[in-house]
Amino acid sequence: MEKIEILEGRQRQVFEKQEGQGALDIACETTSLSGSVSQRACVFCGSRVVLYPVADALHIVHGPIGCAAYTWDIRGAVSSGPELHRMSFSTDLKEMDVIYGGEKKLYKSLIELIDQYQPKAAFIYSTCIIGLIGDDIDAVCKKVAQEKGIPVLPVHSEGFKGTKKDGYKAACDALMKVVGTGSTEGIGKYSINILGEFNLAGEAWIIKRYYEEMGIEVVATMTGDGRVDDIRRSHGASLNIVQCSGSMVKLAKEMESKYGIPYLRVSYFGIEDMSKALYDVAKHFSDRPEIMDAAKALVKREVSSLYPELQKFRKELEGKKAAIYVGGAFKAFSLIKALGSVGMSVVLAGSQTGNKDDYEGLREMCDEGTVIVDDSNPVELSKFVLEKEADLLIGGVKERPIAYKLGIGFCDHNHERKIPLAGFEGMYNFIKEVYNSVMSPVWQFAPRKGGLS
Amino acid sequence: MEREALTINPAKTCQPIGAMYAALGIHGCLPHSHGSQGCCSYHRSTLTRHYKEPVMAATSSFTEGASVFGGQANLVTAIDNIFTVYEPDIIAVHSTCLSETIGDDLQQIATKAKDDGKVPEGKYVIYAPTPSFVGSHVTGYGNMVQAMAEQFAVSTGETLDQVNIAAGWMEPSDMREIKRIAKEMEVTVRMFPDTSDVLDAPQTGKHVFYPKGGITIPELKSTGDSKFTVALGCFSGEPGGVALEKKCKVPFQTEDLPIGLRATDRCLMTLSKAAGVKIPQSITDERGRLLDVMTDMEQYFSGKKVALFGDPDHLIPLTEFLIDLNMKPVHIVSGTPGKRFEQRMKAILEDTVPEANVKNGPQADMFLLHQWIKNEPVDLLIGNTYGKYIARDEDIPFVRFGFPIVDRIGHSYFPSVGYMGGLRLVEKILGVLMDRQDRDAPEESFELVM
Repeated sequence: MEKIEILEGRQRQVFEKQEGQGALDIACETTSLSGSVSQRACVFCGSRVVLYPVADALHIVHGPIGCAAYTWDIRGAVSSGPELHRMSFSTDLKEMDVIYGGEKKLYKSLIELIDQYQPKAAFIYSTCIIGLIGDDIDAVCKKVAQEKGIPVLPVHSEGFKGTKKDGYKAACDALMKVVGTGSTEGIGKYSINILGEFNLAGEAWIIKRYYEEMGIEVVATMTGDGRVDDIRRSHGASLNIVQCSGSMVKLAKEMESKYGIPYLRVSYFGIEDMSKALYDVAKHFSDRPEIMDAAKALVKREVSSLYPELQKFRKELEGKKAAIYVGGAFKAFSLIKALGSVGMSVVLAGSQTGNKDDYEGLREMCDEGTVIVDDSNPVELSKFVLEKEADLLIGGVKERPIAYKLGIGFCDHNHERKIPLAGFEGMYNFIKEVYNSVMSPVWQFAPRKGGLS
Repeated sequence: MEREALTINPAKTCQPIGAMYAALGIHGCLPHSHGSQGCCSYHRSTLTRHYKEPVMAATSSFTEGASVFGGQANLVTAIDNIFTVYEPDIIAVHSTCLSETIGDDLQQIATKAKDDGKVPEGKYVIYAPTPSFVGSHVTGYGNMVQAMAEQFAVSTGETLDQVNIAAGWMEPSDMREIKRIAKEMEVTVRMFPDTSDVLDAPQTGKHVFYPKGGITIPELKSTGDSKFTVALGCFSGEPGGVALEKKCKVPFQTEDLPIGLRATDRCLMTLSKAAGVKIPQSITDERGRLLDVMTDMEQYFSGKKVALFGDPDHLIPLTEFLIDLNMKPVHIVSGTPGKRFEQRMKAILEDTVPEANVKNGPQADMFLLHQWIKNEPVDLLIGNTYGKYIARDEDIPFVRFGFPIVDRIGHSYFPSVGYMGGLRLVEKILGVLMDRQDRDAPEESFELVM
């Protein structure tokens, strides 16, 4: 096979696990190299994906049209009620606005929209050029908030001011301004907020149902199927549970320091991690043992029905190899465990935004020979998929067609999942999807497989 | 709702994605987005969703520093890195709102990269300014088409027996179809851009950065010696024709994209005249087949009201075609600004549907279209995937046409241009109209034969 090169300057972001190797000196949390065909996005993207599921808020993108157009209803964050978040609002800035400033246009847009839709709050996203032309969006937001009596929140998400992670931070800053503005009356002691769960394909509903079955009150989910009024009173909960490490830990930490609410990091993917997410919460509320009893009963019931199903898949999937390239590294941990439970190994594990600890964790979990990458690109992904003979790639929208061109199975574990992959039922769905894709007869026709060509 | 300022549910997007799509129609070209990382990522994702193909493009990955001190260093480094690792023949740079606002001068930076020895022998960097706060994705496409002509075409003094096609925004299938028709007519055409065999690439078991399609550099250079240019689409193709005339004195004529009977007639007449060939019987027969279906099914089209939205170069010939089918286009929206759209639409509609609502540019968006449809319901909606919300809310038969289509396939493979493309449009329109008639027919008038 012809050799595929790794971009010079990226060599410290790609490692292969080997025997006797010390801790990885991986150069992550850096900006991408200029000229790289990176799979990463920008600050705005980070803020937008975190906040957009708040369904009864107005989300207005302040900038030229593109940023609003590309993020119009692309994430499949489901709402059980209002669907204002599924519309696309933009100040659609023009040349004159760039020269003279867009504040007036933003103000007018906000007034028009708030009058029309009566939202519970409004989020104003700054895009790249807002950071350059110097619009004082804080002042506009303040003015409109006073006039209309709803929270109007600037989100400082200028695209170039960092990575997607900085966008998560900007989103958390905006949310933190909403938290604590409502009454906590009636919230009991055994209560939680679910953070970092975006209700893709209805996943938050599954998680919420589990906790409620354990006798726990869920005050707010942030932000899946999110409601402004719930977020306002979320400081009344006793515990925050945080999924999606990158996006929401900051909010949890701030709620801890301001309101004394402790937090737990969890994951809902795979049997092991899902069970742990329930047990950890039960342990936190150990003064009421019924909660742990309920958690155990729930896990027992779910696992006993799920396990035999997984065994059927395992027969065929045992020994198959997967490559994982996801946004946050925390998800990769869960996926490695979940695939392991049906006998699949992971030959590549990477993320767009992981940190040193994440990659060290990955190294510890993986077998020898596994490639660990930060901020990868299509050349590297193809190279390792071929060299390591992966049967499956797990990634997002830009990775899907690469897998298909190489003639291997694919599973979208990102915005475009169509069925819930979280929880016990999600684990079944996930493995079924992996099974359907990996075992599909179509791959035999791929010329590379030397089959029917 | 009265609106002065904002856009709700846009019927357009920004310039750079058009430039990226156009650049993919040059063989061995890596598009490069000079801006923040997000832009490139969004464009690639959108194109991938539309084509179900890997879309390769690089980015300058702007940071805070670059936006203060200018993006020159980023771009020069990027050019160096790209030629070293990804080995394209050409890098086609487009700007973004960010780099335009900072004031980066792409021409100057490209020259500097060349002077610094960052552009290997026989390799090229071309550039097109595509500020996102001007025009739309269509404008960006046109700007990159113009850049191709301006920066590649060479006039050697010799006139070659070939005709340029400055291709407006079409699908790879459409470009393939135009090449097929030209071959049938025995005309040598140089079409730029040409995304066939790039964004409809076959499954080979390999992922290649540069699929086999796209106009090659020698072909692009030779456009300066062609005897004529047919520019398709006054918004997206014409800039290529104008640039070639200006630089190499190649005369040009702008025609509509060959969508529907009459637009295809005009396009092929111009092509045959330019090349000095006759339209062959095989093409005349194709025309006959399209016309045959139009007459056979005339009763099902008659008087049906249509709302359509999308890009000007698509909407102009499509509206004309709908009128020729005896349909009534009553609401027409394009987010892309430009007076020529209004003028053409007025001319097309004034005899038959003078009362039609037509708007393009600011606030011409899906929200407006929805309001119009609520005020005056229609029998058919034609447009890109974003029409599906209105189609569902108002229970209207819906034909997907335009960009982007992210929830159906077919556009990459089956053309909408030429007589055969017209046939496909007719089939699609009839399909949804007749499905609707079947669905809504009372038991006693539910017909077997239609």
